[in-house]
Amino acid sequence: MTAMSPIARGFHRRRQEPAENAGRVPPGQYVTKDFPVLSAGPTPHTALDRWSFSIGRSGRQKTWNWAEFRALPSQDVTVDIHCVTKWTKFDTAWQGVSVDTLLDLAGHDGPFAMAHCDGGYTTNLPVADLTGGKAWVAYAYDGQPLAPEHGGPARLLVPHLYFWKSAKWVRSLELRDTNDPGFWENYGYHIYGDPWREQRYAGD
Amino acid sequence: MDTVDGNAIGGLLQEVFGTEMTGAASVCGSCGAGRPVAELAVYQRAPGTVVRCRSCDSVLMVFVTIRGRTCVDLLGLASLG
Amino acid sequence: MAGTALRRRLTWQVAKVSAVTVETASVRTLTLDVPDWPGHQAGQHLDIRLTAEDGYVAERSYSIASAPGEPVAITVERLDDGEVSPYLTDELRAGDDLELRGPIGGYFVWEPEDGGPLLLLAGGSGIVPLRSILRHRERTGSTVPVRLLYSSRTLDDVIYQAELDQPARGVEVIHTLTRQQPPGWAGYARRADAALLAEVAWPADAMPLAYACGPTSFVEAVSQALVQSGHPPERVKTERFGATGGT
Repeated sequence: MTAMSPIARGFHRRRQEPAENAGRVPPGQYVTKDFPVLSAGPTPHTALDRWSFSIGRSGRQKTWNWAEFRALPSQDVTVDIHCVTKWTKFDTAWQGVSVDTLLDLAGHDGPFAMAHCDGGYTTNLPVADLTGGKAWVAYAYDGQPLAPEHGGPARLLVPHLYFWKSAKWVRSLELRDTNDPGFWENYGYHIYGDPWREQRYAGD
Repeated sequence: MDTVDGNAIGGLLQEVFGTEMTGAASVCGSCGAGRPVAELAVYQRAPGTVVRCRSCDSVLMVFVTIRGRTCVDLLGLASLG
Repeated sequence: MAGTALRRRLTWQVAKVSAVTVETASVRTLTLDVPDWPGHQAGQHLDIRLTAEDGYVAERSYSIASAPGEPVAITVERLDDGEVSPYLTDELRAGDDLELRGPIGGYFVWEPEDGGPLLLLAGGSGIVPLRSILRHRERTGSTVPVRLLYSSRTLDDVIYQAELDQPARGVEVIHTLTRQQPPGWAGYARRADAALLAEVAWPADAMPLAYACGPTSFVEAVSQALVQSGHPPERVKTERFGATGGT
């Protein structure tokens, strides 16, 4: 079908990948200096005094309010992020609580996790991908409180997977025995989503 | 918020349903609000296209195009057409 | 109905640009020679698909600017951080190919038998489908009274200015310039809101048929104001371009 399409000479995607980035850009991705805002719904604006974060099995979760959560030991991390809509952004600087810290306090319980968010979004991840210094619940970006359109007050940050796994407005990580699909996974996006193996869709 | 409305996905809807759909009547399965598809809230800056009720924000329709095929979920609608 | 996979049915075709008209510093009208065009209704749009040499594909929707029976034309505003619109406004020349499909849409359309009076509300390039409606009215000899409120940033941003300065009989054109006004400007100089609509729009008991098109914020403001002042929602048709009007 697209083979029939005429080439629009002089048309190109706005952001081009510089050649020196070879090896740092997963297959099929291009580099952007912007921070595109993707959203499948209205931006929630949860007041900090009504915000909480929970982790654990359904029904017996450890919960922190905002003040308690901000008092947990935090880390500063600078990572590259890769969105399945094909943009990659280098050197994004975040501050947040390592999921290792949260699980140490709550107790590891179950091989899989479902992230639940304000607005109803969900995404699934293996707990092994949330531990070992690979994932955070981030509340600051570039030294500033995380803006609502980028997932504030807090979002999941799992930079080694496609960015739809880094759920915005995250409120809980529910531990489970089964790897049930989240929102986009249910519609045919890959259950795991490794950008380096270009796991965009189920079957990739 | 960078939302558009159902007019913007007229082509996608015609592709999927084989007929013009922006004028079709929809009823939200959550709150019961009825309005033409053209008046629904559409979020396209995402891995797929999400159509929501303008009254209660419930997800009414999801369209995901993968390898040239479009997967459709109308689960949030009480009725359409 | 979850997970139903369906084949595509609407077909893409290759049109030729037959003329490029400068409307404003950032707006061009592309007149298109479309080989297989079934005809369109006033207010409909079409989808454009651009394919780059590396296979990258971008799709956008544009309102049809011409009346039914006239050559197909779209009017495109260049958005400086856009990807598609700068190509359409700056790169395309008469004779170039352009892939499209359409016409699309059956809600935001007007036919003479739909009647009036017509209340047309345009924000920026939201004027485009309304211009198709105005031309259709004139070409069909309709005498339905029309009031157009057109909100632009400055006078230089007014699209189809010469045409709108010579409205057809029965058409009133009311401009508001929200950012900057020329010296001696006698028109409105404020955002379209309930107060402005109370001055320029027909009252609800005149039962106008309203069409509002433009950025989401503009359309929300005017459509909510109309409904709150008693206009039945089913007589207020809307088309929202998003925050910027696409890219």
